[in-house]
Amino acid sequence: MLFGKVKGTAVCTQKYSGMEGIKLLVVQPMDKHLQPQGGLQVAADVVQAGPGDLCVMVRSREAALAMPEIKFVPVDLALVGIVDELQVRPDGEFDVKLKKGWNQYT
Amino acid sequence: MIIAKVVGTVVTTISHSAYKHRRLLVVQPLSFEGDSSGDFIALDNSHAGIGDTVLINREGGGARQVLEIKDAPVISVIVGIVDSVHIQE
Repeated sequence: MLFGKVKGTAVCTQKYSGMEGIKLLVVQPMDKHLQPQGGLQVAADVVQAGPGDLCVMVRSREAALAMPEIKFVPVDLALVGIVDELQVRPDGEFDVKLKKGWNQYT
Repeated sequence: MIIAKVVGTVVTTISHSAYKHRRLLVVQPLSFEGDSSGDFIALDNSHAGIGDTVLINREGGGARQVLEIKDAPVISVIVGIVDSVHIQE
C-alpha cells in the first residue's frame, strides 16, 4: 500500500465488461516525504477522489477486490482512501539499521 | 513478513469500508544499510504507535485472514510488535 497524488483523469469508452462506471485516474506514486516514485500510473477510483487529492493506493489482486460489485476485473492499482492528514517523522529520528547480534527495541 | 519501524500516521475520513476502525501507519523497513527508502503504508491490527518496531504481513491472503474480512483490499497489515531481534554474527 502506497501514497499517490491524483494528476488527472483517464477516459475509456471501451472497457472490459465489469468495469463500467469505474472512474480511472492518472496518479503519481509517492514515498513518505511525498517525493515522486517512478512514472505516472492509472488507478481505478472507488472513493471519488479528484485531481490534487493525496490518496492511499493498493496494488495487485487486492486492487480488484476494492471494486464495489464485480471483483474479478483487470485492475492492478486502486485508490482506497483520501488522505486528510499525514504526519511523518523526519529521517534519522529512528534507527532503521539492523545490527549483528542483539537488537533490543522495547 | 518483514520488520519495520513506524515513522508516521495517516488520517483518512473517506476510505474503503475494510479500512474503517483501524489506523493506517507509515512504516520504514529495517535493513543492514539503514537507508530510509522503500517505505509504505500498513494497516494497524496491533495497536502500534510511532517509534514502534513492528512485524508486517505483506501478502493479501494473510491480511484478509488476519482482518477476518472476506475481499478486503488490504496487503500490508501490522501483525505484531517486535521486542528484540537477534542476528547471528
